[in-house]
Amino acid sequence: MTDASAPENEVMLTSDGRSLKSSLNRALRREKIRALLLIAPLLLFIILTFVAPIVDMLFRSVENEIVGNTLPDTVEVLAEWDPETGELPSERAFEALYADLFLAAEAKQHTRLGSRLNYEQSGISSVFRSSGRSLDDVGELTQDVLEDLDPAWEEASFWYGIMQGTGDPANGLLKSRRDRLAALTTEDMSGDIGFLPGSDISVVLPRTAAAYSDFAIFTAIADEDVVSEEEPWEGVYAAIGLDLQDPALREGILAYDGPGAAQLNAALEAELPVINYREAMIEIDDGWADLSNWEVIKTYSPRYTDGYFLNAIDMRNGADGAEWRPENEQLYLTLFLRTMLMSLAITFSCILLGYPIAWLMANLPARSANLLMILVLLPFWTSLLVRTSAWKVLLQQQGVINDLLVGIGLLDDANRLVMINNATGTIIAMTHILLPFMVLPLYSVLKTIPPSYLRAAKSLGATDWTAFWRVYFPQSVPGIGAGSILVFITAIGYYITPEIVGGTKGVFISNRIAFHISSSLNWGLAAALGAILLTLVLALYWVYDRLVGIDNVKLGG
Amino acid sequence: MTFKTTLMIGTALTAVAGMALADAHGMADEMTIVSWGGAYQASQIGAYSDPYLEMHPEMTIIYDESSAEAVAKLRAMNEAGNITWDLVDVEAADAIRLCDEGLAMEVDHDEILAAADDGTDASDDFGDSIVSDCFIPQIVFSTTMGYRTDLVGDTPPTSICAIFDLETYPGQRSLNRRPIANMEWALLCDGVAKDDIYDVLATEEGQAQAFAKLDTIKDSVVWWTAGAETPQLLADGEVVMGSTYNGRLFSAIAEQDQPIGMLWDAQMLDFDGWIIPEGLPEDRLARVLDFVHFATDTQRLADQAKFISYGPARASSAPLVGNHGTLGIPMAEHMPTDPANASNVFVTQYDFWADYRDDLDAKFQSWLAQ
Repeated sequence: MTDASAPENEVMLTSDGRSLKSSLNRALRREKIRALLLIAPLLLFIILTFVAPIVDMLFRSVENEIVGNTLPDTVEVLAEWDPETGELPSERAFEALYADLFLAAEAKQHTRLGSRLNYEQSGISSVFRSSGRSLDDVGELTQDVLEDLDPAWEEASFWYGIMQGTGDPANGLLKSRRDRLAALTTEDMSGDIGFLPGSDISVVLPRTAAAYSDFAIFTAIADEDVVSEEEPWEGVYAAIGLDLQDPALREGILAYDGPGAAQLNAALEAELPVINYREAMIEIDDGWADLSNWEVIKTYSPRYTDGYFLNAIDMRNGADGAEWRPENEQLYLTLFLRTMLMSLAITFSCILLGYPIAWLMANLPARSANLLMILVLLPFWTSLLVRTSAWKVLLQQQGVINDLLVGIGLLDDANRLVMINNATGTIIAMTHILLPFMVLPLYSVLKTIPPSYLRAAKSLGATDWTAFWRVYFPQSVPGIGAGSILVFITAIGYYITPEIVGGTKGVFISNRIAFHISSSLNWGLAAALGAILLTLVLALYWVYDRLVGIDNVKLGG
Repeated sequence: MTFKTTLMIGTALTAVAGMALADAHGMADEMTIVSWGGAYQASQIGAYSDPYLEMHPEMTIIYDESSAEAVAKLRAMNEAGNITWDLVDVEAADAIRLCDEGLAMEVDHDEILAAADDGTDASDDFGDSIVSDCFIPQIVFSTTMGYRTDLVGDTPPTSICAIFDLETYPGQRSLNRRPIANMEWALLCDGVAKDDIYDVLATEEGQAQAFAKLDTIKDSVVWWTAGAETPQLLADGEVVMGSTYNGRLFSAIAEQDQPIGMLWDAQMLDFDGWIIPEGLPEDRLARVLDFVHFATDTQRLADQAKFISYGPARASSAPLVGNHGTLGIPMAEHMPTDPANASNVFVTQYDFWADYRDDLDAKFQSWLAQ
């Protein structure tokens, strides 16, 4: 509203010398802040308890850090591996896998990765689990030889002396191992551990220094023990075995003169067992000889994945991009379709049953209408579980309805109707449960249609049907629309009733979401399914808005 | 003070109060025990918690019937960082899984459990039933089959394979909504030798074979999740036969006098026991350890058999097993390990299930949903 051409010196001023505009803005801002403060508790509450958890949950549908956090070194080595060659990854990949898995098993995180990858490759979970139990054996091979060579290798303090060194500490190494362990365990790994790896030894024996640092951090922080009093775990022996047999490190070890130099040189000359990690891992579980298991680790190594969304529409990441899952694993598209169709069926049966009731309620005298209203509301006030369980009693094969039909001779005892634990059961029970959501908005709209319109139509010569269909019905459409949206959207996300009466053929997609949230704990897939369901509902709402127009929906007069 | 200021102060106070709302849970005179519900839980209340409460009247013991989903729920609690359970009753395979995952606490059996009356160490007294460092055994039980005596005609089933015989025994049957036991029986009745079953089940083809066998009856099965459902379905006449735990059938037959018969053929023998969740605060852990020490001693384990027909896991408890608490009938002959019942026992390989459960669960659930 300002006049752009007005010269600056003509700005209107208030009595205290400020410009009118800024003064007005200030007052408005104060009002806004005050208003915001008033709603702040509610806003905060909604953001904290509603928006944030939903966003966090939906984020899980693409999040995939677990592979990189659990097997960081393996993933790095696998980057150079090409599954197309049809050969297993290099020996280095197996060495890295051993070290990564050993640490993960100590932190008891390996089974989680197994469960995560099992979503993509069935059977891999058992490979991780059984491997976790036998990793110690490999390290013990070197451990036994070293300890036979010199009993000093059994002593916690001897190890501590070597690894601590006498010169400068290698702070960088310790920091990077702390970060690695923190990522693996998702716990805080900072704090004093009473150990600093020597910078000399971490050059001479790099693998050992890393493995011992892991051990030290874990011992001090997770186990709350004193590092210098604990004998290192088997993974450290496996690492020193690799270091001592590494030709590139030989010179350095010979030149080393810090603590334990004599024992190290003796070990260098001794015959340590040569461990082929590829064979060792395959010996532990032959799943590691299976190319497809490695492929899955490589495919799912990035931090973000589309795997959950693909899974949610019965696809998966194959060798050549996305592909359909095998027929016997396809599930979700069928379930989405079934959810849609059954929700539609429920909505239509609600319209069919609800319309006459609403019409009666709108046209009967107040006394009878109130009675009807109470009859509609009474079940509405009854617990959902009670109503659903009541349907179970009514519909089951030895239930009331079947007994009645058999009793009056309409049905043979051997051919009782199967009305529960299938789609029929779900539709019947859910129609009953959602009926008030249709009747109430419908009633409030029908109530506003003046009866005189119908009389006018009839007096102009319309038959009962024409008067209803051409005059009355069009005016009730907004009520049907409102009821349908309420019923349909509620039905699409329902899960308690289908769970109880739906058996296996009458369950919805939301039952699978609930299953993945609370039983299989595949939250990524649940989040992806939820996101798709949410999108579907929004899309249907948009279509409805285009077709009927959301302004035409009325919840009341 | 204007109305607006009052309102604003009130709002601010609410916000502060909301933030200050502290976690009030975790008092050591309250303990949440997770079990399986029904007759089994009642036996634990009768044999363990009621006597314990008599000694500690200030205590409250809450039972949560979630053992069937214990692994999933403990994983979720761990994810959320809030362990609300103090003691959990699980099957051997689940105990191994929870131990591997760091969700159950490793215990020194000799240190935390009472020695037998003759001084035998707890670990020797429990013997092979200690299948994992986290597992504190209670009972030996079996999963077996019950049938309606009046619905099977003149030929009551004698073999477990009657489940798959829709011609001789038409009608609905109830099976566990988990792969365990179902998969083994399916292979057994499809002609796989008893000793080979777990080797076959470890292969893709073997799993497909088991599902194919289960496919033949899929439309006639009601799937249960709680052990008490099959006895209920049998009593209602909703199913002709169904699988459940032997103690549940015992209580339906002997205590409730239902027209139900039971089969010991190919009974799946397994252990059940406690695990203590990892990461309990000190005061709660102290309470749990005190309770476990009491509830697993020789006399208490023998007492449980007064209420339900499960065998005590301690060798020293076996001679003390007497008569039923109210019916007065001898309990020994109703135990799954009684020689007369154990002519065809199928020992559940818990280590197989510890490794394969996740995978087979996923397959089983999607098979169900198809």
